[in-house]
Amino acid sequence: MSFLEYAPAPESTGLLNLREHYGHFIGGEFVEGSGESFASISPSTEKHIATFATGTDEDVNRAVVSARKAYDTVWSKLSGADRAKYLFRIARIIQERARELAVAETLDNGKPIKETRDADIPLAAAWFFYYAGWADKLDYAGMGANPRALGVAGQIIPWNFPLLMLSWKIAPALAAGNTVVLKPAETTPLTAMLFAEICQQADLPAGVVNIVTGAGATGRAIVEHPDINKIAFTGSTAVGRGIARTVAGTGKKLTLELGGKGANIVFDDAPIDQAVEGIISGIFFNQGQVCCAGSRLLVQENIHDEVVDRLKTRLGTLRLGDPLDKNTDIGAINSKVQLERITALVAKGEAEGGERWSAACEIPDKGFWFPPTLFTGVQTSNTVARDEIFGPVLSILTFRTPAEAIAKANNTPYGLSAGIWSDKGSRILAVADKLRAGVIWANTFNKFDPASPFGGYKESGFGREGGIQGLSAYLEGGVR
Amino acid sequence: MSTTSTDHARSLLGTDFSETNLKAVLAGLPGVDAVGLEARAADLGTRSIKTSSKAWAIDKIISLIDLTTLEGADTPGKVHSLAAKGMLPDPANPATPRVAALCVYGDMVGHAVDALGALHGDPDAGLISIAAVATAFPSGRSSRAIKLADTRDAVLAGADEIDMVIDRGAFLSGKLGHVFEEIQAVKEACVRADGTSAHLKVILETGELNTYDNIRSASWLAMLAGGDFIKTSTGKVAPAATLPVTLLMLEAVRDWYQQTGLKVGVKPAGGIRTSKDAIKYLVTVSETVGEEWLTPHLFRFGASSLLNDVLLQRQKLSTGHYSGPDYVTID
Repeated sequence: MSFLEYAPAPESTGLLNLREHYGHFIGGEFVEGSGESFASISPSTEKHIATFATGTDEDVNRAVVSARKAYDTVWSKLSGADRAKYLFRIARIIQERARELAVAETLDNGKPIKETRDADIPLAAAWFFYYAGWADKLDYAGMGANPRALGVAGQIIPWNFPLLMLSWKIAPALAAGNTVVLKPAETTPLTAMLFAEICQQADLPAGVVNIVTGAGATGRAIVEHPDINKIAFTGSTAVGRGIARTVAGTGKKLTLELGGKGANIVFDDAPIDQAVEGIISGIFFNQGQVCCAGSRLLVQENIHDEVVDRLKTRLGTLRLGDPLDKNTDIGAINSKVQLERITALVAKGEAEGGERWSAACEIPDKGFWFPPTLFTGVQTSNTVARDEIFGPVLSILTFRTPAEAIAKANNTPYGLSAGIWSDKGSRILAVADKLRAGVIWANTFNKFDPASPFGGYKESGFGREGGIQGLSAYLEGGVR
Repeated sequence: MSTTSTDHARSLLGTDFSETNLKAVLAGLPGVDAVGLEARAADLGTRSIKTSSKAWAIDKIISLIDLTTLEGADTPGKVHSLAAKGMLPDPANPATPRVAALCVYGDMVGHAVDALGALHGDPDAGLISIAAVATAFPSGRSSRAIKLADTRDAVLAGADEIDMVIDRGAFLSGKLGHVFEEIQAVKEACVRADGTSAHLKVILETGELNTYDNIRSASWLAMLAGGDFIKTSTGKVAPAATLPVTLLMLEAVRDWYQQTGLKVGVKPAGGIRTSKDAIKYLVTVSETVGEEWLTPHLFRFGASSLLNDVLLQRQKLSTGHYSGPDYVTID
């Protein structure tokens, strides 16, 4: 036996206590919806997890009515310090139930347990702790004394970080004094429903958080509902554009966090071993299904071959397989649809002349999988250099001078994230100053903190989440 | 190995080993980002090693230990006791592997030879080597003549391996040529009358070099000068071995192998006390340079208390329950 074929170390699903069916969470209770139910499956095994209700216009209306009532009668009357108590309580319960939430998230989303355990869930708790701290300090948020909440917020979140995106949306909204109607993605509704249980456990007043499950039509019903004051959406640029069109002229406030094609720029004086790790966490974290992924590697031409060789060697040690195994590095793609999209874009990349290399890993029979893949010889005009793939596929381009690196990095309709790798601090600052991206990492990638604002330029959306900026997005007079 | 690696050093450096040339070569190494290095080491430390993998790892750890006593109070009796422990780590289970080597001060080598008797030999053959610290260990603060005499004495007494310390003062004051020449000189002093040579482990004392960039430079310097092993620490300075430092040295060894085809060993020493920690090192070796490095000629643990913790884990795996410190022998 080879030592590197570590014996299986699966996390037990025994601590999950799931229901067979989940309705919507409206007015503090699980209620049956009027639509048909749909099933969520585990993308790594295609096994059925539970069924969920499809939210109809009527269900959404019930949720909005409940949120409005909670806003008018309870939540807007509470002091900031009292709202904070609930948020702190939720944060602590997330920590207490962290293992259970991590297992549920991995089961439903397909990402490795080491990511849900070490990133998703701790960050979700951190977001609630951070915004709980703001709830009684809104006077100091830079919007004058006693800033007002907006009212009812409609929030639509994606499937790539289900519980974390929920936290990014709900924590600042509640801290600022709003009530919410949230729709999780149709492939990953499970942890949102566990979060609903946490709201009950925390004794959160009924109607402050309402969760309606379903797909695009349910989301549309939220966006179009006349009694919602603010829409916050994270997802694809195409859907975001449609939302902007719908919301235009209605007086609803809007923040959009959309796609990206992040450039990860590696200069020849970079700390090379750490850069290789950063490139990997930039594009293979969560199977590349990250809007801020560093999916375009811009590497200085004189170290291109060395970087590619080191990357390939390192990718050879990544372990793809059962996401519940604690040693798994690469989990499953979230859905069949997404896998098909990745496969099609990779085929296009090959057809356009890019040289494809995929790590040799055994692909399980069941489930949706894609091996870590590199494209070398990519030109800026290639599809794999322009379109967001949202999968474990890295396009490698070269540059010769800092000016060329900046020009190529900015040559995209998106502008969400970028990374700079160099041992020279002055160069990092000079280049960062010229990149048009909402988040720029220096000598690291895909690191998140609730105190740091996150958001995009251009087609990556507008508005910021996280930090004081993320708070003001839910206050009257704030930036959006 | 000595000639080939020195030859290669010559080809990398040009023909002269001048300080200017050495500095140019070492300055050309990529930098080390401390945060990234430590994050990678922490990530490797989260691997979950269970059941059959754990059993394999535990036996492997024992067979890679340099069982060490380096005290002013060392006596022939203590060395005999250490040797007995190394030869039969767990009297309750004679199938337990032997350690790789005993590590002692130079004047104790003769006693170690006596104590090991027929079991003295190559760890690849299941026997136990004798490693001697030399060159004014642990500080390295004496004249070159004394350091070389120290080395020759230990080799003459029967040491198979010499653990030398580099002159950290010289390194930190920029006298790289001095450090380089000294390693070469000690390497020559390792040669026996019959032409064979004791293996040379070069202790960098990473706790005194302080920065990761320094540690990478010193690793390359030691390999260029012909060291067979690079070793983290004397065990007399805190911090001794850490996982990030060991990872960094393994990366240096990996890059050296890719450029020269020569395999250099790594020995983390000091501060590794539990099997849990030791398993993290095995993972780091396997995922950085590859599993073929997990052999006594390429990887060692410098440790004393580690062995008993590993033996307790080994007993637990075979019996299903934990015993206690009274069920393993002290040396």
